[in-house]
Amino acid sequence: MVSAAEMLSVAAFIEGDHAQAFPSFGSERMGAPVVAFCRIDDKEIRLREPVMSPDALIVQDSTLLHQVDLFSGLDTRGYLLINTRRSYQDLGLGDYVTRFPPHHICTVAATEWAREFVGRPFPNAALLGAFAAVTYRVKLESVEAAIRRRFPGKLGEDNAAAAAKAYDSIRTN
Amino acid sequence: MSQRIKFYQTGTLTVGNRLLDAKDRTVQATLDRGNSLTSGHRACQGCGEALGARYVVDAAMRWADNRVVAVNATGCLEVFSTPYPESSWQVPWIHSLFGNAPAVATGVRAALRAKGRTDVKVLAQGGDGGTVDIGFGCLSGMFERNDDVLYVCYDNEAYMNTGVQRSSRTPPAARTATTPPVGNSSGNVFGQGKNAALIAMAHNIPYVATASVADLHDLEEKVTKAMGIDGARYIHVHVPCPLGWGSPPHDTIRLARLAVETGLFALFEAEDGEVSDVTHIRRRLPVEEYLKPQRRFAHLFRPQTDADAIGQIQSIADRNIEKFGLIGRNG
Amino acid sequence: MLKQIEGSFAVAEAIALCRPEVICAYPITPQTHIVERLSELVRTGDVGNCQYINVESEFAALSVAIGASAAGARAYTATSSQGLLFMAEAVYNASGLGLPIVMTIGNRAIGAPINIWNDHSDSMALRDAGWIQLYAETNQDAVDLHIQAFRLAEQLSVPVMVCEDGFILTHACEQVDMPDSEQVDSYLPPFEPVQVLDPAEPITMGAMVGPEAFTEVRYLAHHKHLRAIEVIPELSTEFEHIFGRNTGGLIEPYRSEDAETVIVALGSVVGTIKDVVDEMRDEGVSLGAVKVVSFRPFPLLALREALQNAKRVIVVEKCLADGLGGIVVGSVRMSLRGTSTPVYTIIAGLGGRAITKKSLRRAFNEAVADRLEDPHFLDLDWKVIDHELARSQEKRRSGPIAENILRELGLVGGKPV
Repeated sequence: MVSAAEMLSVAAFIEGDHAQAFPSFGSERMGAPVVAFCRIDDKEIRLREPVMSPDALIVQDSTLLHQVDLFSGLDTRGYLLINTRRSYQDLGLGDYVTRFPPHHICTVAATEWAREFVGRPFPNAALLGAFAAVTYRVKLESVEAAIRRRFPGKLGEDNAAAAAKAYDSIRTN
Repeated sequence: MSQRIKFYQTGTLTVGNRLLDAKDRTVQATLDRGNSLTSGHRACQGCGEALGARYVVDAAMRWADNRVVAVNATGCLEVFSTPYPESSWQVPWIHSLFGNAPAVATGVRAALRAKGRTDVKVLAQGGDGGTVDIGFGCLSGMFERNDDVLYVCYDNEAYMNTGVQRSSRTPPAARTATTPPVGNSSGNVFGQGKNAALIAMAHNIPYVATASVADLHDLEEKVTKAMGIDGARYIHVHVPCPLGWGSPPHDTIRLARLAVETGLFALFEAEDGEVSDVTHIRRRLPVEEYLKPQRRFAHLFRPQTDADAIGQIQSIADRNIEKFGLIGRNG
Repeated sequence: MLKQIEGSFAVAEAIALCRPEVICAYPITPQTHIVERLSELVRTGDVGNCQYINVESEFAALSVAIGASAAGARAYTATSSQGLLFMAEAVYNASGLGLPIVMTIGNRAIGAPINIWNDHSDSMALRDAGWIQLYAETNQDAVDLHIQAFRLAEQLSVPVMVCEDGFILTHACEQVDMPDSEQVDSYLPPFEPVQVLDPAEPITMGAMVGPEAFTEVRYLAHHKHLRAIEVIPELSTEFEHIFGRNTGGLIEPYRSEDAETVIVALGSVVGTIKDVVDEMRDEGVSLGAVKVVSFRPFPLLALREALQNAKRVIVVEKCLADGLGGIVVGSVRMSLRGTSTPVYTIIAGLGGRAITKKSLRRAFNEAVADRLEDPHFLDLDWKVIDHELARSQEKRRSGPIAENILRELGLVGGKPV
């Protein structure tokens, strides 16, 4: 998740924006629940508080949905992406998501695409592709470039392909 | 009528220097001495550490053609040698802290390497407190990385600089300011000891040796040998302290020798983690011979003899003798 | 060159550009990424002729740096929190010996209770250890201040800490204009020590000094810091000529010249404060801020000048002197000696508690109305405090405070905070 926020910030940077990505700091332990933030602006970002009311929320692990209050501060004009094969109804969020504009919410089977394209269950790239498709805040090319910068070589190409797949699946729907 | 041989060194089994070959003589005042730790310092009379350090640094300087940087832990050696603006050191010398001499030496070594000065050798030194107690973490780190430093510990078996308090090298039953024999207590506890040389060996560093001011040629030879080896090297030198041990200044060498001959201080060398040489005891003595002349053990003999404590100390010596094979096959 | 980069990596790359000859590394969160990245840069040859030493403790890390610096090498290390305290003895020793070591502090709280998050307790604990302390607001600051730090340290033969907020800066990925090696080389000449362990010219370093000379030795250390007050702005100006950025200096005023209320702070929280200043200015509140870059030496005169028109001063600080209040505020009050300007203290961000614009605005408004208690603990949960105080009154064996509070908050059991 931390690297997803970082890659998003790099994508914004590539487009000439200012961006600030940072984790909700914890121990260096794999598997611990993690929140990471990314701010994007067209001017210098001086603010250092955590993101209190996000414009967009990406949930990488849907098993956290009913354990942690993930949605606090999320404005109903905002965007919501969840990494899952299931629908919002199946996740028990059917009523909740009706408050968002329909094209602002989206479920993405990012882990599956990661398995398919990268061979490993790391959904970051696909989620960022979906983010680009849903929010229009960054271009897919920038996301792909950020991914390639982070993972040089084949790993980057595969991840970029997963991002493009997620992007296309949303834009063509 | 035969001439009576005059023994210059009394209380020992060696005859005077004049019976030895010139190359084997211990001559303290020849003109070609380096005197890296020069005279005029403030060490006590009969200081074993001053004597040991002088031989160590001179031997190191000789080997390295005077290209040595010395790092010193806080302690007697540091204090008595640098009552600034006077300094006894004829060698670039730095004192930083009590517990960090090995690390400072690593830093000096790293700097010299970065500057391509691999011709300059680094010597670190400290007392038993600075080495075996407070500096042990840094020492172990230096060993583990096999940093190219010769570390020499001058072991006088207590914190002498602060007024004789117990260190982890203080022998069982010894009186120190923090182990007074009062009531039923017989001085320092009978623990399991802390043999720094063996622990150094456990790091598999290329060279470890114990030495004693009882045999200065042996000490010089070990330093010279160590100087010729790359990597971390450790020499643990037994240095009696008249102040802390409660012994006459003229008995320093005698006590150092008795420690060896009773088996309480084993002299050996180890290369790459294995013992490679042992100095055999020429005439094995009971530990009383060593304990009796020292006031720090006086309570073992007065008002009555503490046979139990002495027996335990004897068993430590016996264990050493067995462990290191200190009695030669013909001994 | 502009780069979107994690703060720790940016600092590591800046250090590499400064061509240290000895780097000593020991891991501690949140500083670790810096030495990790440096280990890579050394191995790839990007640091030039550099020895990278993995040591067994922070005490050894700084001790190795002491030996290296005394032998004439440019030496660097980094630490945080408990690590800084563990090396405390060597921290004083390095400055006492006058060795120009540069050390990064990834600022983090001090335990117990153990806490890995950001505040300034660590570097503030060592504020009077004879090191110059520079505080970074952004990762650009952190990069630039490190380059200035080597120059400053070596010019005056005094060690310098560059303090950057752990996680908030070290782990933040943001835009940094990375200098190139030509720029750094033209700004930072090779290290020319004033004292060096050299067999060709043997000297004794670290001798004992008694009462007859100790005060004079200490005064000369003080004098170096007084010199630094003059040198720091000069180095900042020269830096701007070469790098085109106005980084560093003693202080940085922000809309404070005509402000009735001026906030004084250091570190990354200054960014948030600037945003609050803008917002409250838009609402008609006469507010400004002054960032303290150099906390040691403390710029008494420069700050006094910057605060001369203020009707009141608010110090926001991430550290606490138990039973007294703030730490930074003591120095700020000293700079205001002889004036009647009221000074408020806001203790904020301890152990990583987020300092939000919302909470700052509320506290600033109270101060502007001269209603703020001093010191004020931002976002302190009085309910928890009162409960715990009551519990401790009930029985003698009331248990460990930290664990009691976690239980009360329902945070036991690994739930994310």
